[in-house]
Amino acid sequence: MINYLANPNRFLNFMKPIEFSIGVFTFLFIFIGLYLSLFNSPEDYQQGDTVRIMYIHVPFAWFASFLYFSISIASIFFLIWKHPFADIIARSIAPLGLIFSILTILTGSLWGKPMWGTWWVWDARLTSMLILCIFYFAYIGISNAFPRKIDGSKPAAILAIVGMVNLPIIKFSVDWWNTLHQPASIIRFDGPSINQEMLLPLVIMLLGFLFMSIFIILINIKTNLIYKKYQSEILKLG
Amino acid sequence: MKPKSQRLIILFFFLTLLGLSTFLVLKSLEDNIVYFYSPTDINEKILSNEFDLSKRIRIGGLVKENSILKEGKKISFKIHDGIDEILVIYNGILPDLFREEQGVVALGKIENKNFSAIEILAKHDENYMPKEVSDMLKKNGKWKGKLN
Repeated sequence: MINYLANPNRFLNFMKPIEFSIGVFTFLFIFIGLYLSLFNSPEDYQQGDTVRIMYIHVPFAWFASFLYFSISIASIFFLIWKHPFADIIARSIAPLGLIFSILTILTGSLWGKPMWGTWWVWDARLTSMLILCIFYFAYIGISNAFPRKIDGSKPAAILAIVGMVNLPIIKFSVDWWNTLHQPASIIRFDGPSINQEMLLPLVIMLLGFLFMSIFIILINIKTNLIYKKYQSEILKLG
Repeated sequence: MKPKSQRLIILFFFLTLLGLSTFLVLKSLEDNIVYFYSPTDINEKILSNEFDLSKRIRIGGLVKENSILKEGKKISFKIHDGIDEILVIYNGILPDLFREEQGVVALGKIENKNFSAIEILAKHDENYMPKEVSDMLKKNGKWKGKLN
């Protein structure tokens, strides 16, 4: 299956019929999710209305980490099996992940000011998230640093794999060390510590973010493929 | 050996070494990575003398019940972690979430066994629930202290 789809043309042909529905799902889930989280979910017993920031903060944070994981997996495929398409996929994911990681930090500080009493602290969770953001910057920078873009693919892939060690640190920072950031509420041994009425909008938002990510990354993949073709045409013309 | 499997093995060793070195670095920097100490940590460190009392530190825990005293702008309360406690003296603005049995983190110095704070932050816990649910839990006596 992976081998079959590793060819860009076959991949695009495979995605073509479902592309439109992915866009529709994105719109539906985000719309319903935003409605539920902004208008039709209860206030928190302590945070009041400020809890609503969580419904976008958590999806931003999860997908910032998950997209980085996808980049590193694609980079492993690129380095070991030398699939040029894996490199295209990794490059197409990076800008979206960068935006997500920046928005994670921004929405987090907007929540932190009224709740904690500060925009920013250098605790393990916040700092490791900032490091993820820097890794995204570095990846995008290196992969575009050479006149021939393809020359940046290998160093960027190595960087992406190095940055993978940061992912478990982000996830478990709140368990391993004392942090100001609260521990996990959803993925934990004894089940979620978040009320069902609040979990539902969050899950819908997470699904919406999943479809949105796939949709945007598909567009990026197409753009990058066209750009690559364009570059090789130019080379031919010499 | 095929170059493919060679690359795979190199990557595997690389990742193992990378993981190991990260672990060692984090382990040795543990004291700098923790954002705050609990009152128990503080007492242990004072007893074992591995502590520079002139340095600014952070302590965190829950605000002890019936320990909040206000005298004008000056406020004092105890931070506890279920085992030990420490008296905190503070002169400034408190965060909105500050209340009894609420998690707080204070920045300051230890002065004659008390903690003199210059900044207090509220720590939110991982529980999210509507107000009706928390009221019901309290009414039914099922409200758990956050340490249990």
